[in-house]
Amino acid sequence: MQLPEGLVAVVKRDCPTCVLVEPVLRQLGAAVWCQDDPGWFDHDDTDLEASYRLGIETVPTLLRVEDGAETARVVGWSREQWATLTGVAGLGEGLPEHRPGCGSLSVDPLRIDALEARYGGSGLASRRVELADLEDEHEALFDRGWTDGLPVVPPTPERVLRMLRGTTRDPAEVVAVVPPDLVPCTVEKVAVNAVMAGCLPEYLPVVLAALEAASAEEFALHGLLATTHFAGPVVVVNGPVATRIGMNSGVNALGQGNRANATIGRALQLVVRNVGGGRPGEVDRATLGNPGKVTFCFAEREQDSPFAPLAADRGVPGDAVTVFAGSGVQPVVDQLSRDPESLARTFAACLRVNAHPKLPLAFDAMLVVSPEHGRVLRDAGWDRARLLAELDGLLRLPAGELVRGAGGMAEGLPPGIEADELPKFRPGGLLVAHAGGDAGLFSAVVGGWVSGETGSAPVTREVRA
Amino acid sequence: MRTVLDPTGERRAPARALLPRPASLQGRTVGLLDISKPRGDVVLDRLEELLGEHGATVRRYRKPTFARTAPVDLRHEITEQCEVVIEALAD
Repeated sequence: MQLPEGLVAVVKRDCPTCVLVEPVLRQLGAAVWCQDDPGWFDHDDTDLEASYRLGIETVPTLLRVEDGAETARVVGWSREQWATLTGVAGLGEGLPEHRPGCGSLSVDPLRIDALEARYGGSGLASRRVELADLEDEHEALFDRGWTDGLPVVPPTPERVLRMLRGTTRDPAEVVAVVPPDLVPCTVEKVAVNAVMAGCLPEYLPVVLAALEAASAEEFALHGLLATTHFAGPVVVVNGPVATRIGMNSGVNALGQGNRANATIGRALQLVVRNVGGGRPGEVDRATLGNPGKVTFCFAEREQDSPFAPLAADRGVPGDAVTVFAGSGVQPVVDQLSRDPESLARTFAACLRVNAHPKLPLAFDAMLVVSPEHGRVLRDAGWDRARLLAELDGLLRLPAGELVRGAGGMAEGLPPGIEADELPKFRPGGLLVAHAGGDAGLFSAVVGGWVSGETGSAPVTREVRA
Repeated sequence: MRTVLDPTGERRAPARALLPRPASLQGRTVGLLDISKPRGDVVLDRLEELLGEHGATVRRYRKPTFARTAPVDLRHEITEQCEVVIEALAD
């Protein structure tokens, strides 16, 4: 902005120090911009543009301008400093020697994002879409095909800037190449979709990690999106970050009601839809889908768990996400087992029917063990590896039961199986997590999708600030 | 005036015109792509028979898994070797 030559000041009438120095500013003939009262001095800065562009943090601020450039600046009132800057001795007769100023409205946390979006070189690269005055903003976003069927928060530039404060990463950094359109997705595009999903800025690092994990080659996100099967990405969060951002690993952990759980999973799916171009009925050909394709994200209950954190067991200790290609939730009810052998048999019986009781090695699963079931394992000293080993032994399926036609069911394996028995799950194809409320002898099986190299393998990634 | 940022990839796939439909398959090379779905081979075997009767040369291809996109090399091979391709898309 073009500054007048000589003395320039920025004040606000609500600041007692500014009121104190009013006679001094008038005596000096300074050009004064006022932040909160357009009529107090000659210049109106109620839109805070001058304050923002001059980087004012405190009022009053007095500047000296020579040849269009600022050459000196003082903040607050100090007779000595004002005399040095102005070259006028004995200013402010009767005023104290010095008085600190007040905070500038242009650095008010509630205003800074809007100012940066309006006047700053915000660096935001996304196309700006102006909504017509008569357009309802929520309907406008539905009309453009940008939502998952639920309303979204309009991604205004100021909201996106605020979201980006949740990470130290450069908005222009490419996080992942998102299928199906294989579009390089920047931190900024993730932030736009995170705003729409309803995320708080502190969730953004988790969303970024989830996208990185879901875009890893072995997760096969393109196929997961395109499949006629039910599955979609399920996100499990580990580490202190889960508590810090208020995620739910307890009562109703897989259900509704927690903002972080609900919006992180949703943000990932909105990125797939909007950035990747993966929309139901187009590339997404799911026969039925499942409600978790709107959002499916929870934190592992690490306290009182019989297991090490899931991500740590998978080689990433601390803050991390694990993505799993999962379908809906199948209840596991066992209110009588008080020893781990009996409980493991219940888990195995329920896991055997994953996808179809006659299909081995085809589909992965995640077993979510509740605290009351977890206590049975913990008291017996069973960790994850022990439970998995027991389940592996219990889930050896006799080949004769699997062949096509056996049990009166056409589904099954072609004749000629050489082995006597086959494992239900491939190695690494069964994940075990710990979550849920204190009460309830219930666990859950989250059915998976086509497993491993043929389909999707779970992926764990660190959450970075 | 309210402004929102575009959440999409801001890309539009280039539109490519379809090649003209061949009037006859006589003497043409037709690729049959099996995406590895169960029983995809049943329909492709029958198609191979029928195409042979129409004087077409048939080449068979197979994706390693239906759950992932076809490898670039496989797509390139089909493009190099075939004039027409038929994909058995699902079971």
